[in-house]
Amino acid sequence: MTIAVTKVRVEDKLYQNRYLVDSGRPHIIVRPHDKPSANLLALTYVCPAKCYELNDKGQVEITADGCMECGTCRILCEKGGDIEWNYPRGGFGVLFKFG
Amino acid sequence: MIEQFDAIVVGAGMSGNAAAYTLASQGLKVLQLERGEYPGSKNVQGAIMYANMLEKIIPDFRDDAPLERHLVEQRLWVMDDTSHTGIHYRSDDFNEAKPNRYTIIRAQFDKWFSRKVREAGATVLCETTATELVRDGNGKVIGVRTDRAGGVVFANVVVLAEGVSGLLGTRAGLREMPKPETVAIAVKEMHFLPEEVIGQRFGVKGDEGCVIEAVGTISRSMAGLGFLYTNKESISLGIGCLVSDFAATMESPSALLDAMKNHPSIRPLIAGSEVKEYAAHLIPEGGYRAIPQLFGDGWVIVGDAAQLNNAIHREGSNLAMTSGRVAAEAIIKVKSRNGPMTKANLALYKTMLDDSFVIKDLKKYKDMPALLHTNSSNFFDSYPRLMSHAAQTFMRVDGTPKIEKEKNTTAAFINARSRWGLVSDAVRLALAWR
Ligand SMILES: Cc1cc2nc3c(=O)[nH]c(=O)nc-3n(C[C@H](O)[C@H](O)[C@H](O)COP(=O)(O)OP(=O)(O)OC[C@H]3O[C@@H](n4cnc5c(N)ncnc54)[C@H](O)[C@@H]3O)c2cc1C
Ligand code: SF4
Repeated sequence: MTIAVTKVRVEDKLYQNRYLVDSGRPHIIVRPHDKPSANLLALTYVCPAKCYELNDKGQVEITADGCMECGTCRILCEKGGDIEWNYPRGGFGVLFKFG
Repeated sequence: MIEQFDAIVVGAGMSGNAAAYTLASQGLKVLQLERGEYPGSKNVQGAIMYANMLEKIIPDFRDDAPLERHLVEQRLWVMDDTSHTGIHYRSDDFNEAKPNRYTIIRAQFDKWFSRKVREAGATVLCETTATELVRDGNGKVIGVRTDRAGGVVFANVVVLAEGVSGLLGTRAGLREMPKPETVAIAVKEMHFLPEEVIGQRFGVKGDEGCVIEAVGTISRSMAGLGFLYTNKESISLGIGCLVSDFAATMESPSALLDAMKNHPSIRPLIAGSEVKEYAAHLIPEGGYRAIPQLFGDGWVIVGDAAQLNNAIHREGSNLAMTSGRVAAEAIIKVKSRNGPMTKANLALYKTMLDDSFVIKDLKKYKDMPALLHTNSSNFFDSYPRLMSHAAQTFMRVDGTPKIEKEKNTTAAFINARSRWGLVSDAVRLALAWR
């Protein structure tokens, strides 16, 4: 049994989840940019799966493998054109056992 | 050969299943599309399920639905960093033959509901994402495109039950994208513990359940709510705050959840548990003012996709089930008088929904979302702190005369928010509640 109250890294939390990754077909794409918009930058904190990260050039990159398809990034960044957002193909992506 | 259905339902969540079941059980030819591997595999809920609204669809659901615990106690906790002030309501009346509220686990519940939909005669196609609405030359919706090869399917009417972040309705311009200030992002973990341990910690026996809703400093000045719901052998624990507040504060939802779990009032309740899942989902919080156009030529929209969610009472699944059922009943009525599925005829759905608790409840709280949003640091930080402090001052016996304690407490409230601020918050809250 694990003690739940210690601080757990998001990566370790996602490890509990089931995913069927559609290799080579990411469902979310960050548009190329020089400097991220405020909302895009916020996603490096606000994405609950920590999919968004800053690279060493100060640009925001996404690795969507652990994405829980919540749509937060879409709400914040689709309209402004920072990202292109889709659901994974049918059957792929996160598979909640409990939900 | 082109197959033509009476209705296509997009989504197999609460609203889609209610709609598909109602339509199919009246003999309509129904196709339901679900992008998940199985119904429920994409869905997240607290989750409290309200029996009355399901009973109206499947009266004998208690015979075989996967239900966790029926609720006999509800606690509301107002928290500061080290304490909570609580209101508890518990009644043995809730131990009735047909209990009113249950906790459920959505992945299991949705699978069960979907089986009922199939038994009623609908064709359910999982692992299929609807990608686009198909319209005729006059703009009437006549079907949907899917991500399957050659995947266009046709129907007289499309029921959009695609949930809060659905793509179809927003892309087709039938509804606006939810705004960051009208949706909350919630994160949730499943903490497993033996049944007896849960019983002991929450003071319940057998299938009885207890839920805790928590507001206060756990949301770090953001408009938000934490929850702990007891299932048979697990506790659903989560917290959600407005997306706009998260973007402004750059707080991390998962760190917020970890901090909540570490709160001295919550830590002992989950100590030693095994976490088996971490999930995230949006909740529509815009209320009445965010409801989009609900019907048009060849389409209706139900559930979270239509923002039919009562954030004040944390009810969503029941509004979803009811709107799905009502939309289906309206479609059945139009069909039974051989009417085409036009905007004019489908307006019946709106008329019928206006007459139900769904719209009446949302209308009652139409000003609440804006009030809580613009005032979140008072309602979710200052007041909870003041309340905790007042309670502690009251309980600590230290020789200070009571009259002095009361004066100090009043002064603390006024210092924090000014007399005018307090009065105006109280008045605005009362007006929004009315
Ligand atoms: C953390 C949390 C706690 C909650 N707690 C409660 C609670 O305790 N009580 C309560 O009553 N409500 C609660 N709610 C709200 C409740 O979950 C929702 O109101 C309810 O699930 C809405 O049902 P729906 O059918 O409209 O949408 P959903 O249940 O979200 O279903 C939408 C379905 O459509 C599918 N879909 C979407 N797009 C497509 C597509 N293009 N093609 C095919 N399929 C698609 C999805 O996979 C999904 O199955 C909670 C919500 C959250 C997030
Ligand atoms: S959908 Fe949610 S989990 Fe996925 S990348 Fe966007 S914010 Fe992160």
